[in-house]
Amino acid sequence: MHNLWKKHRVKMTMDWKREWKALAAIVVVFLCAYHLPVGRERFDNAVLEALALVKWYAREHVILCLVPAFFIAGAIAVFVSQASVMKYLGAGANKVLAYGVASVSGSVLAVCSCTVLPLFAGIYRMGAGLGPAAAFLYSGPAINVLAIILTGRVLGIEIGLARAVGAIVFSVVIGLLMHLIFRNEELGKAESPAILPEPGANRPLWQTAAYFAAMVGILVFANWGRPESATGFWYSIYSHKWLITAGLAAGLGVMLVAWIGIDWPRLALAALPSIVLALLFPEHPVISFAAALVGLSVVTSTHKGEPGEWFVSSWDLAKQILPLLFLGVLAAGALLGRPGQHGLIPSDWISRSVGGNSIQANLFASVAGAFMYFATLTEVPILKGLISGGMGKGPALALLLAGPALSLPNMLVIRSVIGTKKTTTYVLLVVIMAASTGLFYGAFF
Amino acid sequence: MKKIQILGPGCPKCKKMAENAETAARELGIDFEMEKVTDIKAIMGFGVMMTPALVVDGKVKVSGKLPDVDEIKKILV
Repeated sequence: MHNLWKKHRVKMTMDWKREWKALAAIVVVFLCAYHLPVGRERFDNAVLEALALVKWYAREHVILCLVPAFFIAGAIAVFVSQASVMKYLGAGANKVLAYGVASVSGSVLAVCSCTVLPLFAGIYRMGAGLGPAAAFLYSGPAINVLAIILTGRVLGIEIGLARAVGAIVFSVVIGLLMHLIFRNEELGKAESPAILPEPGANRPLWQTAAYFAAMVGILVFANWGRPESATGFWYSIYSHKWLITAGLAAGLGVMLVAWIGIDWPRLALAALPSIVLALLFPEHPVISFAAALVGLSVVTSTHKGEPGEWFVSSWDLAKQILPLLFLGVLAAGALLGRPGQHGLIPSDWISRSVGGNSIQANLFASVAGAFMYFATLTEVPILKGLISGGMGKGPALALLLAGPALSLPNMLVIRSVIGTKKTTTYVLLVVIMAASTGLFYGAFF
Repeated sequence: MKKIQILGPGCPKCKKMAENAETAARELGIDFEMEKVTDIKAIMGFGVMMTPALVVDGKVKVSGKLPDVDEIKKILV
């Protein structure tokens, strides 16, 4: 009996080496729950703020802005030939052209943030060299369409434009500086030339351009804000915005049939609910807009070839980005609160460290942005929270310019490609550039 | 025995590519070995700039796009 007991006990002994992590996690969760500051004003308020902010995003930004933006970004991935862009960044590329293309191609090539680093490494080692590669690395994440659209929509057109223009201009400057600083140690190129994918379907450029213009037009006019005065040109655009949007949507439908190869009876059937709803509820155009999005989704997703690919790439983007954005909005709401409200972080901390437009505020914002990791697009709600907590416009732009382009994890990957010295130089350049652009912007706007 | 390599730093598209390639090879019933290459330097070694990429027996077959199962079958045959 005694032996049996002993044997049993040996078998049942806790394997602490393996289980301590689980126990530690349980203890941490328990302590957090035990001390959960429910009932304290600041905490309750933060929870409320997080939920209120999620609601605000859901109402204001999803149907009219985010969903169309996913379709545009998906279309870029499918209809714009990335190989034809890469041609300008290859080994034999014209140097001047390479900088120009590198600084804007992020909007075409970097729809998914994970493609930036391989492309950067490729441009550096097999293509146009360090300068254009650095220019691409800097502008890529900052000017992807989704980021610009959401920045413009949530933070205001000026800062959205400043972000795009700032990213393009300074990417060229940073690229050139990197090239000049390290001009004596351009490495021998890799033996094998880069293998580029075959250019896809060849549609005349003007058709692709018209197609994208229609989509961007829909996005712009559907979101046209009410101007302050009730007269004048901007107001007449505002009062006719749904008519313009509907016209553009009809144009897009014609292009889908004529150039993309969707058969017209199916498209007409898909457009029907949207038209009927527009006539039934003319005072709620969002209903009709949502129906049109559903119709477009049904038609493209059940189609073979390009339309199907378009839907799949839009869907993949949405699936990848929406959960992150949701968490980002929750976190921003809890930590920073809505405009005029308080979250967990006191507003005076924010206004003390990044308020106004001092050199310290800009530098702090750009250094913090450089090391922090922002999941795609989450920088926007977080920045919105910071601005409402008292962050100055200059530091906000500095953070936008330094933030998405750099983070600690991607610095490590960059280092593995170009070495410690070049990486340090690059990071310093980005931080200084971002801070000085912020300073400049903050002084004028 | 075919050697299938999937090049990509681990983004969703690369994972999907690996799934598609595995399904295609299984459905064809061929003998294969699959490897995921995530190191950027190793990816560069193949001369690939645009991920995801599909390499069969050391030759780059697809880069910069995500082929579906049927397309991969054609490549593998």
